[in-house]
Amino acid sequence: MDDVRLAERAVDTDARDIKFQCRDVQVWYGEKHAIKDVSVDLLDKTVTAFIGPSGCGKSTFLRCLNRMNDTIGIARVEGQMLLDGENIYDRRVDPVQLRARVGMVFQKPNPFPKSIYDNVAYGPRIHGLARNRAELDEIVEKALRGAALWNEVKDRLHETGTGLSGGQQQRLCIARAVATAPEVLLMDEPCSALDPIATAQVEELIDELRATFSVVIVTHSMQQAARVSQKTAFFHLGNLVEYGDTDDIFTRPRDPRTESYISGRIG
Amino acid sequence: MTDATTPRPHPASPAAPVRRSLLIEDARTKRRNAAERRFRAYGVVAIGLAIAALVFLLFTIFRDGSSAFFQTYARIPVAIEAQVVDPAGNRDPAEMQKVLTMGYGKLLDNALAAYVEENGIQIEGLSERDLSTFFSAQGRADLRNAVLADPALVGTVIEAPVMTSSRVDGMFKGRVSRDSAARDAKTSVAQYELAMAMEKQGDLQTRFNWDFVTSTDSSDNRPEAAGLGVAILGSLYMMLIVLVLSLPIGVAASIYLEEFAPKNRLTDAIEVNISNLAAVPSIVFGILGLAVFVNFVGLPRSAPIVGGLVLTLLTLPTIIISTRAALKAVPPSIRDAALGVGASRMQTMFHHVLPLAMPGILTGTILGLAHALGETAPLLLIGMVAFVTTYPSAPPEGFLDPASALPVQVYNWTQRADPAFFERASGAIIVLLAFLLAMNLLAIYLRRKFERRW
Repeated sequence: MDDVRLAERAVDTDARDIKFQCRDVQVWYGEKHAIKDVSVDLLDKTVTAFIGPSGCGKSTFLRCLNRMNDTIGIARVEGQMLLDGENIYDRRVDPVQLRARVGMVFQKPNPFPKSIYDNVAYGPRIHGLARNRAELDEIVEKALRGAALWNEVKDRLHETGTGLSGGQQQRLCIARAVATAPEVLLMDEPCSALDPIATAQVEELIDELRATFSVVIVTHSMQQAARVSQKTAFFHLGNLVEYGDTDDIFTRPRDPRTESYISGRIG
Repeated sequence: MTDATTPRPHPASPAAPVRRSLLIEDARTKRRNAAERRFRAYGVVAIGLAIAALVFLLFTIFRDGSSAFFQTYARIPVAIEAQVVDPAGNRDPAEMQKVLTMGYGKLLDNALAAYVEENGIQIEGLSERDLSTFFSAQGRADLRNAVLADPALVGTVIEAPVMTSSRVDGMFKGRVSRDSAARDAKTSVAQYELAMAMEKQGDLQTRFNWDFVTSTDSSDNRPEAAGLGVAILGSLYMMLIVLVLSLPIGVAASIYLEEFAPKNRLTDAIEVNISNLAAVPSIVFGILGLAVFVNFVGLPRSAPIVGGLVLTLLTLPTIIISTRAALKAVPPSIRDAALGVGASRMQTMFHHVLPLAMPGILTGTILGLAHALGETAPLLLIGMVAFVTTYPSAPPEGFLDPASALPVQVYNWTQRADPAFFERASGAIIVLLAFLLAMNLLAIYLRRKFERRW
């Protein structure tokens, strides 16, 4: 484990506000109990990593945070998930409004088969964030700069987004998510389809995004979790086994299951 | 079972490692390769048979039908005698209307008799009847129309091409020979020789027959004048109705079923029934159309609107099935992406999924239309088989006028006795195939144009 970088990135997480307060969350896929009694507080302006073996429920939990599981007919969620004190599973909540505040980046880069500009401008357009073309241009530029992609694409904004390299496509997807000015950014294994150089670029970007957003990242790579996150949650068989500061989890795990996982004995 | 009772040493067992040369095919590989070669041969034979059948079909259709696109006309001087066409002598079109088409036949008979005399054509047994049946009844009608349109022609000698009868026309298409003319009650050897003599003089000419594509159907007496105009218009109107109704309904139904409908027994039942509908014999749709649209709603028989509605019902299942397949084929990552930035389900559908599914939807729709264009059975039941000699007017009123349809016209012509109708039936098949080919090419073009990678 890269202890030097760990120490560099450690911040005082106690001083941060709580962005997401989750209490006794249960998720069923039909008969399968996928998430059991998970209670966790996700902090603002902090990168939180969800780690755990395949099928442990970390992606499921992540997708509950912006109600993407609503699109799966058989999924059922119980418990409380408070975003700034409001339950996102309240009957009055429109998931469309929620998703504008909680953006998402997926495992596989999935830009729309449209131009780079339109990819980024789509969210602001449907949410009416820009009053005119100039404002929209500004939002697009800001989002692309925020995703560290502006310099590479500024001369070909009207070329198709699917023509970019894998890493650029993933950063385009981040720009697209950032463009709607969300408060939380969910990332579901954003680097698993990328090569090491692109991965390093995206990780660096995640570290910068922390200044503006609360970032939640699901990852299979423990090194990545250690490199980018301040808080880490370890999931196992649908349970949240351990949650705490990243360096504590990786250096002084309290639960034997966590220790087994990070030392490679299970997973 | 025999393997179990007489164990053989396993070639790969570690106790007896057997090394064989890679350069020699062992028995097992030989059998496998032979099986593969056999399978490929089956494939080549099957495709060969299919191509042979297609070539044979096209060959016979073109052999029988291509002559329908040509027609023989005579160009001889015709005197428009005033005492025949204008007995009152005042050039009043209203008075001239009273002279029937039969009267104009006399002009043509006289003109032909004069022509024979003038050119010194000596034919044994050339009777008056041979002269009067030389021209098509349509020739008289054309002449009458020309004179009524322009009364100044009365008293002059005009030299307009006059359509010959189907028998004379057949002599230049290989349909009527000297021998068959001798046995045929509608022609004679003398008429055959007259036609040959006129041909030699250069006064008979065969030219491209636009009338076949544009003019109306005609009675049994003048097959040479029958055309596809009404049938093409009728088919076109029906296709318009089918397209306008079935594309939006079909696409909307598929979007609802695919994206919004809850998955329960009701939607399962609907799904099964849509697939079943696609397999229902088309004549059943015809009975339904007759009962509902004609008898219950009271729409006129033979009208393109009824045909269009019936064909819409017929095409809908095809369009729904292909549209659903196209929607399913759009990768879920695109839906996730759109939902992830906060698009509603409807925005996701219309901004992202539908455009990506468009090539598939259009292909399915056009193939459904092509299917509907060639459909005959349901149209017979709703009276599209009627003999229609007036063009339907322009839409939308024209949707209620009687019309025919291309495949029905083919069916209709094959039922008639005169060989000239058989030739026309094949010609109509060529026209139908040309339309189908054009639609399929359009489908391929649209698919190529809208196809996008993601």
